[in-house]
Amino acid sequence: MNAVVTPADAIQAAWTALETLADPEIPVVSLRELGILRDVRQGANGLEVVITPTYSGCPAMGQIEDDVNATLQAAGLQAKVVTQLAPAWTTDWMTDIAKEKLRAYGIAPPGQQCAKGREAGESVLRFVRGAAEPEPAVPCPHCGSHHTVESSHFGSTACKALYKCLDCQEPFDYFKPY
Amino acid sequence: MSATANYLLHLADNAVVLGQRNAEWCGHGPVIEEDIALANVSLDLIGQARLLYQQAAVVLGGDATEDKLAYFRDVPDFRNYTLLELPHRSALVGYAKSDMDYGTTIVRNFLYSALMVLVWEALQQSKDEQLAAIAAKSLKEVRYHLRHSRDWLIRLGDGTDESHARVQAALDHLMPYTEEFWTDSSIESAAVAAGVGVSVASLRTQWDALVADALAEATLVRPKFEGYITEGKHGLHSEHLGFLLSEMQSLARAHPNATW
Repeated sequence: MNAVVTPADAIQAAWTALETLADPEIPVVSLRELGILRDVRQGANGLEVVITPTYSGCPAMGQIEDDVNATLQAAGLQAKVVTQLAPAWTTDWMTDIAKEKLRAYGIAPPGQQCAKGREAGESVLRFVRGAAEPEPAVPCPHCGSHHTVESSHFGSTACKALYKCLDCQEPFDYFKPY
Repeated sequence: MSATANYLLHLADNAVVLGQRNAEWCGHGPVIEEDIALANVSLDLIGQARLLYQQAAVVLGGDATEDKLAYFRDVPDFRNYTLLELPHRSALVGYAKSDMDYGTTIVRNFLYSALMVLVWEALQQSKDEQLAAIAAKSLKEVRYHLRHSRDWLIRLGDGTDESHARVQAALDHLMPYTEEFWTDSSIESAAVAAGVGVSVASLRTQWDALVADALAEATLVRPKFEGYITEGKHGLHSEHLGFLLSEMQSLARAHPNATW
């Protein structure tokens, strides 16, 4: 790939190559759409690709790093993958297109914005009876009904909870707003 | 060893020991949802521990690595709270006889999560930038852990006579161990002086309020404190930590240079 001559070209070429690189756990969305791929930049020793973990213990990070390296090599590029923790990943970074793709895949996308913060001194989300502000209903990704119920706070991956639709009776994953 | 490195190890040891303990429920949960829940909580805690050990290794320099810190230190080197190393056994029956008791697990997760929500919140202002970043990340996770354990505390406490009796017994058993939180160790004091750590003693009023609120909803009674204050964070542990570490460390010690 001799066409890549300047650092700006290399950065652009890397973005293009990584544009369609899918998340290993949820292959219908790309790393960029999920907000895991944060930046491509020129570092002191060449190109750097910045990724951020969704959860501290996300077991996919090693796979993601390998996938990024393989994709760049296939495009004739070399880069160092840098893992960055701050600012902490949030589902607010997920694009609307990605949310629609999740829904079509059978995963209810995160419903609310997290960045607005919470009341001063408020440390715990309440979701038991008598909760001051119940969470908005999660629409079923299969039939669209809002008549759904959480069956488990935790699901098949760290980023999801398990729900059930009371109308179409289908269980589904909910990508937790985070 | 620097104040920052010691402090990072204290936080990391807390996370890894409770992560390892809770992982004992994997394949043994009372219902499948809780089996998955506890495995997820462990994944978060071990993830936090890894980030903290990695940063401790950076601060220590030399040939320190996260694996050496987790797998090749012994009981007196660990700086976790004694509370976190205790088995999931019911005090009603006694350690030797009882099966794993989910009430004990839930009460411990609740007491620790309620503390860590406050600790991580404060540590977002740490002068160690990487610790501040880890804190911002861990805060989100531990808020969810608190939500999970608080909900179950209320379900069990305000549940049947049997579930109420078991969580009340777990609370009576575990609450005295929380006294260890409130006296800063020399490691914590040094980290606070360096602007890296938070004085846990200063969080006590908020923690008491979080606990009182949940206990009232769960119809549980906070036991009066009397007796001995444990010193796990000073390296003085119960007999249970050795068994936990030997299980956790045996593979790495049998194959010291293995990579996977």
